[in-house]
Formats: sequence, structure tokens, C-alpha cells
Amino acid sequence: MELSLFQYLIRRALQSGVVLLVTGLIAFSMFRFVGDPVENMMGQERTDADIELLREKLGLNDPFFIQYWNFLADAAQGDLGISFRQGRPVVEVLIERLPATIELASVSAFLAIIVGITLGVYVAIKPFGWITNTVLTVSLIGVSLPTFLIGIMLIYLFAVELSWLPSFGRGETVQIGWWSTGLLTVSGIKAIILPAVTLGLYQMTMIMRLVRSEMSEVLNSDFIRFARSRGLPEQKINFRHALKNTLVPVITVTGLQLGSIIAFAIITETVFQWPGLGLLFIDSVQFVDIPIMASYLMFISLMFVSINLIVDILYVMIDPRLRIGEAS
Amino acid sequence: MAIGSFVIASSLILFAIAAPFISPYTPYDPATLNLMNGFSAPLAPNAFTGDVFIFGSDDQGRDILSTILFGMRISLFVGFSAVFLAMILGVALGLVAAMAGGVIDAIIMRVADIQLSFPSILIAMLIYGIAKGITPPEMRNEVAIWVLILSIGLSDWVQFARVVRGSAMVELQKEYVEAAKLIGVNRVAIAFRHIFPNVVPSVLVIATISLALAIISEATLSFLGVGAPPTQPSLGTLIRIGQGFLFSGEWWIIFFPSLALLLLALSVNLLGDWLRNTLNPNVGIK
Amino acid sequence: MLLAIENLTIRYPSRFGDFTAVDDASLHLDRGEVLGIVGESGAGKSTIGNAIMGLLQAPGKMVGGSIIFDGQRLDLLSKKELISLRGKKVGMIFQDPMTSLNPLETIEAQLLETVLLHSDLSKADAKLRALELLSEVGISAPAERIKQFPHEFSGGMRQRVVIALVLAGNPDLIIADEPTTALDVSIQATILKLIRTLCHHKNVGVILVTHDMAVIAETTDRVAVMHRGKIVETDNTKSLIASPKHAYTKALISAVPPSNRRIDRFTHVDFAKDRHDRKSIDLKSHWVGKEVYEPAAEKELLKVQNLTKVFNARSSIFSPKRESTLAVDNVTFSILDGETYGIVGESGSGKSTIARLISGIHKPTDGSVLFDGLDLLNGIKSVQDKKKKRKIQMIFQDPYSSLNGRMRVEQIISEPLLLGGFEGSKAELQQLVYDLLFLVELESGAASKYPHAFSGGQRQRISIARALASRPKFLICDEPTSALDVSIQAQILNLLRDLQQRLNLTYLFISHDLPVMRQVCDRIAVMKNGSLVEECPAEEIFTSPQHSYTKDLIRLMPKFER
Repeated sequence: MELSLFQYLIRRALQSGVVLLVTGLIAFSMFRFVGDPVENMMGQERTDADIELLREKLGLNDPFFIQYWNFLADAAQGDLGISFRQGRPVVEVLIERLPATIELASVSAFLAIIVGITLGVYVAIKPFGWITNTVLTVSLIGVSLPTFLIGIMLIYLFAVELSWLPSFGRGETVQIGWWSTGLLTVSGIKAIILPAVTLGLYQMTMIMRLVRSEMSEVLNSDFIRFARSRGLPEQKINFRHALKNTLVPVITVTGLQLGSIIAFAIITETVFQWPGLGLLFIDSVQFVDIPIMASYLMFISLMFVSINLIVDILYVMIDPRLRIGEAS
Repeated sequence: MAIGSFVIASSLILFAIAAPFISPYTPYDPATLNLMNGFSAPLAPNAFTGDVFIFGSDDQGRDILSTILFGMRISLFVGFSAVFLAMILGVALGLVAAMAGGVIDAIIMRVADIQLSFPSILIAMLIYGIAKGITPPEMRNEVAIWVLILSIGLSDWVQFARVVRGSAMVELQKEYVEAAKLIGVNRVAIAFRHIFPNVVPSVLVIATISLALAIISEATLSFLGVGAPPTQPSLGTLIRIGQGFLFSGEWWIIFFPSLALLLLALSVNLLGDWLRNTLNPNVGIK
Repeated sequence: MLLAIENLTIRYPSRFGDFTAVDDASLHLDRGEVLGIVGESGAGKSTIGNAIMGLLQAPGKMVGGSIIFDGQRLDLLSKKELISLRGKKVGMIFQDPMTSLNPLETIEAQLLETVLLHSDLSKADAKLRALELLSEVGISAPAERIKQFPHEFSGGMRQRVVIALVLAGNPDLIIADEPTTALDVSIQATILKLIRTLCHHKNVGVILVTHDMAVIAETTDRVAVMHRGKIVETDNTKSLIASPKHAYTKALISAVPPSNRRIDRFTHVDFAKDRHDRKSIDLKSHWVGKEVYEPAAEKELLKVQNLTKVFNARSSIFSPKRESTLAVDNVTFSILDGETYGIVGESGSGKSTIARLISGIHKPTDGSVLFDGLDLLNGIKSVQDKKKKRKIQMIFQDPYSSLNGRMRVEQIISEPLLLGGFEGSKAELQQLVYDLLFLVELESGAASKYPHAFSGGQRQRISIARALASRPKFLICDEPTSALDVSIQAQILNLLRDLQQRLNLTYLFISHDLPVMRQVCDRIAVMKNGSLVEECPAEEIFTSPQHSYTKDLIRLMPKFER
């Protein structure tokens, strides 16, 4: 019996829910058991009675599952606790930093996809030639260089030596509601270029290599040979037949990779002092600010799970073999 | 190309192992450090002491060449250990999943999938954060390296497990396994004598890719300050230290460690590429 | 003269030296005739087809000769000119219908693209033409089916779509490269008939490349025989088969299992230097023969009763429910001591599943299997029982996956020897391995090599040696020669027959190839969709089949009579 697309999605959504719950569990465990939160929250001068009072107030004496449940309920309502270090509600801090990271990640992803696919297709169609060789060599170096090093090199070249672009920060931002965007000002755009390239370079290289290997394989497949034998022009074969078939597996892998861009932003934000969630997370690790760490974890998990779901939907929509069963 | 990278990689490894013997100075013995040696440019005799440092010296008067040698040591040690950990864990779980099948397979793969939802660097940082929360402050520097190995290794096992499981499942379908069962070979012997040797090539390929990634991950974590501590710096830590001096003109403090890291990662990657190419046009000439 | 090829030579340069795939080949073709190119693997027949289309796989290059099509030198054309000819003047049907179509586009889209490319029709007219083409190739309900995707068609249907696509350009010459090799026998017959009919009705020239002499006999008007790149003989098909002139042609024809009678032995194809002359071993006293000579306790060596197997699998990633397939449906039969029992069926008939139910790889859902009185499903407890179970061994279809590529031949053969309780010195073990290799007509030097050093036929021999090392009484042969060239097949079948006589073995021979079974089996059972529909002595299946399915199989079987 075939189930519909809808039912499949429900199943996937449920699976995603499980992942979120597991993450929540880990996050919660961190909250509770790593370091004593009460210790962390109170100052040096405290009596045992004070500690006990706070414990009771925070519900720390309740059984594990009640605490977990409360934690989840609070989280669902947007209460993620109070940052140890900053003393402000975690949610407030997260929202403040969110736009910076999202903008950076989006611009990087966009660059990575466009450039990655274009170069990958080119290299697959023309496997010999100096352009191809250059691209391949650069990509090999790109994979061997850690992101932070690329960032430092770019800063040195463009900010210090050439002084074309700023070496840190977001530039001027414009506030639209609760979102602050840097894309509407010249300094903002200038500021995002280097970090976006740094962040996107690794992904770009991976996408390029993937597209190249998939497309080369497709170009050697039987149905392409058959298409050639029917007299179809090379242009059509490359772009209509080969590319479409290449993109199907590329989409899944790329989707998953792009989810990790948000996490890899940690590095880039550190190098460029970009005031986003990644920088926030690094600071929180250094200061063992558990609420921020745990909340960041949940946020990333949510992002990932959503992106995975979207990728799965896309995949099913594009490949007819998955929608309709096979014939006997 | 391949031979070149092999030579470079092996010489780097040899240098790193021999660090205590061949480095011109002992940069981590406070007794031998002379602050007056600080910020000495490469190859130029120091204005105050007259000592010469081939790659220059840092703010504390440490010889950069020596710090690189010791740093490579840490980088390689962490890299190899982490990959080794990931390999043992991943191969074991992958084989078990493939051979046991059913519920055990499903559980292992679910865990792997969930872990794959998170970028490895994040997992590594989380482990670091948790470890830091648990360890008393005095011990933190000492355990840092082990935490580092643990975090990179634990975040990396999944690809080993997946590849081994996939490869093992392919082998299990092959007819020579059926033949072995008919002859009377028991399951354990089938796993070790028949399946495992056929899975090894794919494991080796993943291992080399993993090593390059582990070296880069370690450098990244150290650079971010959540990896190797300043008391036992790896190349990443050195770069972090050097970044502070880049804009004030002492470029060599960051430049040479960066170069060393690039060479290391590049040669391991090339080695991996070559390994992949030779292992792939495998047996079976039709 | 539609096509004239003169002195064509094609070379593939490589690190190890140049390989000449086609050597000074000449042939010609007229409109309305079907020319067959027949040869074993590596003969170069597909290469000629590729060269005509200009689709030689890199790094192959044409280094001599000429290809003249309809007055034009094809080999001298530029790439652009070649592309304009493809599809419109020359078309090609590929071997594997499962991979010939773009999986992401509907049949309509693919047909329209080709029709519009080669004609000036409007889109609406092109759609009509597409429907016409589908009807011509025999696809029913074309209006509905045209909107479907390739994976919704079966193998035979897909090949018809492929033919429709080739016809869409109205070519004058069609090259069919092993068009039915991947299809079941019954489908094969209809596709070949379709090709032949289209050829004669549309007055196009067809080159049919195949390794199957029976296909040649049924479908072609003339035939060229290729061996190692050279065309050794060209003639009228009927004359060639009746009185071949070249030594290779004679050898090739003598290796083909005739469909009309049973012969005693295949005469060897001397060109294939695959085998090593046997050292004579007295099997009665040799370790290998000792246990095998015990007669079975019962006359019925293997008794299968009500055997049923249901597989549960997911049909697509959507359904959490498992779909069940009835692979084997209540099958009962017995195999007598010393006979060769055949099971024949098409793909999906359940014949391979039965083999695996008997060998123990799959557990049946219902039914019983008794081997010399031992209940194979429940009764294997004692060491004695296990010893008895080891008397059942198997030879598999794919020579490339039936040997562990990482073990030397010596290890592969000693493993069963040791597990069978061989107690002796290392030297004695090695001698035993050598003796087994001699028994299967390989030389002792083979022991130290790895499987990849051997050809397909030689690997099958190693498989047989491995099976014999367990001193079996009963050998299951699951399509043992389906993946081999016809001359190698003849040798392996001869070997199996000899071994049966010398070692008193009983065979279960499974295949889809009826002419082969006629040569080898004493009794034959026919399977369809999991059920055993007919069982009788081998000759009677061919002379007087009872069941309608059997009659169809015999009727559609490509006939090669000599």
C-alpha cells in the first residue's frame, strides 16, 4: 500500500521531534549536572540556608523528570533561563545576536552554492585545460586550509595591506523591528564580504568537488550515451539531462552541509569579531555559561532538523522514483 | 606528486617525533628563556643577546622553529590518537551493525544519524565545555590534550561506522560468504577472516581523510582557545598567539606556524588522494 | 549498398602497450537486411558499432580503414557533422534497458525532444507522432503510458520505448548492441521479432551485435563471426550454421548447446587456452573420492515437501508496512541419487530461492527438506549431522563475487579441507590442494595466486574445487555458466559431467537456458511465479510439453539446431 506524501512527512516530522527531544535531554542534563548552577549563580558570600532556599525556588529538589518537563515547557514558551555571565534572559541575548549570524550564513551559503555548482559543472564538462587545473589545485588547498587561517590571510591581505575592507565588526546596521540588518548600508555590505567568503570557502570547495564527481559519473552513464546516439547536441545533454540528474544527489548532501554553516560560523565570527551567535557560544564555553551553551545547542538542533526536513521534501519532489513505486 | 607528498609528510612526522632532540632551543623550559630575546626577527642576530633564531622569536623569547617542532608534535599526536579512537569505535560499531542486523543495527544507525545532525566541531566544543565544567581548575591544563583527543575522536566515529557498515553489507551479499557458510565456517570467523579484510581498503581511505580533518579540527579548536593549552601548544595555539602580533609587525610569529600547518594538512590530503586512487581500480579485470 | 566498412582497425593505447580491439575488419550491409556480428566477449563486436556512431569510448581511436555510409565517409566527418547524422540517419539500441532512459523525465518528454529534433513538426503534431511510435513498437494504451516515468515500465517495455526513440528520427541504419541480453527469454523473442519486422517493413539496415548464436540463427539474414578483433568468416546465416568454413566458426558452433537434441559431450573450443591437461588421479582411493563413494541410504537423496517462502520487504520509502512476496509456493519434488535434476524458470520464478532454501541461506516459511533422511530445517544437532550437511555444496552464478578476492586460491581451497577434519602435515595439505586443482583442470601454480589473476571460467573451476574439497554428495549448481562465454560454458559443462561420473555426484542444476538443460539434465522441473508447474524427464519437456507455460517457453526458446 502506498502512503501519500503527507503521511511520509508526518513520519519524518515525528522522527525530527525525537531528535529534538534527545537534544533537549542533553541540553537539560548540561544545565543541571555540569557545575552546580546554584554555585555559579550566587556570589562568594552565601550561607547554606541561602543555597537551600534557592534550590527549592529553582525546583532543584524535584525528581528528574519533573524538572525535565518544566524545562521543556519553559523552553517552548521562550524561557530559556538566565545567562550566568550576562545576567540577562537567554532568549533576549539570542534574539539580539541572531540576525548577524543568519545574514552571514545566508550570504555564505548563497556564494558557496552559486560558485560551487558553476565551477563543478565547468570542471566536469571540461576535464582538461588550465582553468580546470587551477580550480582543482586551489580547491585542494582550500580543503587543507583551516577556515580561521583563511580568514586571517584575507584580513591581512584586504584589510591590512590593501585597506579595502574592514577587518572586524559588522559595520553600520539598520534596525527593522527586532531584526538588525547590515545589508542596507555600504559599510555593512563591505563588512560582510570577507567573513562570508571565509565561511563559504570550505563549503564551496566541497560542493564543487561533489558536483564534479557526480556529474562526471552521470556524463558516463548509459542514458547519456543513448542521448548522444540520438543526435542531441552537447549543450542539451550537459544542461538538461546531465545537470538535472546530478543535482538530485547533490541537493541532499549540500543541504546537510549548509546546515553546518551556521555552526561553522563560530570560527569565522571569532576571527572577524562578528557579533553573532557563534561568538556568543565561544564566549559561553570559555566562561562555562551553561544556559547559553545549552540553548545554543537546542537552537542548532532545531535549525538542523528543519533543514533536513526541507531537504527531504525537496528530494522527494524532484525524484519521481521516490514518489511513485517501481513497476514489476 | 604522490611521492613528493609522501616524502614531505614523513619528514614532517619524523621532525615532530625528534623534536626534543633536534630543536635548537628548549622553548618550554622557563629556565632557558630570556625575555630580552623577545621579538627577534628571523635570521637576524638579536639586538640584545646576539642569539640567532631561524624563524624568529615570539614575545617571550621562544624560538619559533622550536615551538613549531613541538607544536607539530602535539598536532600530530592529537590527530593520530583521535583518528585511532574514531577508527576503533567506528569499525567495531559498523561491523556489529552489519552483522547483527535488526534492532541493534537500527539503534546504532539512529544514534549515528542523530550525531551527524551536528557538525563535529560543535560536538567537540560541547565535550570540551562539559569537561571544563567537571574538572577542577588546577587540573584543566593537564587533561586538556586528552579532552581534545576524546572530543575529536568521538565526533568522528560516525563516518567510519557508516563506511564499514556499508562495505560489510555489500560483502555479506556476495556469494563467497554463502559458500563459507556451506563449508561450515562460523559467524565470528566469517566476520574476521572474510568480511574484515575486504572492508580494510575503505577504512584506510577514510582514515587518511579523517587524519587531515582531525589535524585541521585540532588546529581550529586550539585557535579558538578550546583546545591545546598555552602550556602545551599545538600549531593552532601558536597561530592564536601569533594573531595578536600580526598587525604590530611581528609577522613571523604567525606566519611560520601557519605555513607548517598548511604543509602538514596538504601533504596528508595528497597522500589520501593517492591512496584512494590506488585502492580503487581494485581487483576484478573483466 | 547502405554501409561498407573496409579494413577497419581500432586501437586502444594504454600503459601496457596498444590493444587492438578491431583488426582489419571488413563488412557490408544493404537496406532491408539484418546483419549479425557474433563473437565472444572481447571479440570487438560492440567496438565496431560504436565506431560507426562515432561513439568510441576514450582512448580508443580508429587508426586504419574506412566507413562508408550511403556514399559518405563517416570516419572523415567533423564532430558537428557526425552529431547531425546521429539519430537521423544512424541509430543505436543499447544493451541495458534499465539504464538507457533518463529516470527524471517522462516518456513523453523524451520522445518529444527527439521527434522535434529530427523533424519540422509542430509540437501538437510531434505529440501525435510520439503516440504513433509507441503503438508501432507494441505498447498498449499509449495515451496513458506516455505520461509515465521510465521506472514504471518493465525491462521489456523499456526496450520497446528505446526502440521507439531510435525510430523517432527515421534512421536508415540501426545498430542493435546486444538488445535482448538483459531480458527474459520470452520477452527476448518478441523484441527480436519486432526488430526484424521493422527492418523489413521500413527497409532499414540493421546490424545485430550479439554473443548468442541462437539469436543469430533466428533473427539475422547474414552473419559475420568475430574473434579477437578479426572477422574470421562472413556468410549467409543458414549456410554458416549448416557448413561453417573457418576453424573458429566450427569450434564456436560446436560449443553451442543445440536446442533440438542431446549430445554426448561438447567438442572443445581449442582457441580458449583456459584449461590444463589433467593428471590422472585414481579417485576411488584418493582422499577426495573416499567419502563420496558411500551410497546414499535412500534412493531419494533430496526430498522437498510443501516448501514455501514468503519475503517481507518495503516497497518504497513511504510505506511503513511490509509488502510480502510469495517467492516459493508449496513446492514438492525429489531428487534421486546420482541424477541431474534441473529446475528451469525465468527471473522471479523462485528457482534461485529454492537453491538457497536447500542450502540453508534462507529459512522457509513452511515445508520440509530431507537430505538422505536428515531433516535439514530442524534436525542438525550432532557432529554427525553437521558432517552430513556438509555433503551439500553449491556453485554460484557470478564468478566474480563467489571467491573472496583477498584470499589466495590455496587458502580458499584449504579452508573447507581443514574444516572437514583433515589431519595431516602442511605438505600433505598442499598436495591435496594441488590434486583438487588438477581435478578441475587448473595447474598447481594457481594455488599461490589471487582470484583476480584468473578469468571467469577459471574462477568457476576454483569454485568447483572448493566445493569438492568438502567431499560433497550433492552439488547445487545455480546458473553456473550463465555468465560465461559459450566456449567456456562448454568446457565447464564437460567438466561437471566428468566429475559426476568419476565421483558419483548428484546435481541440482538451475538455469533459465533450456538448450543447456537439455544437454545436462535427466529430469527437469519448470517453475513459474513460485510454483512448480511441470516435471518430467528432460527429453519429454522438449518433445511433448504438457503445461501451457512450458509450451510457451519451448516455443519462444531461440532455436539453434544442428
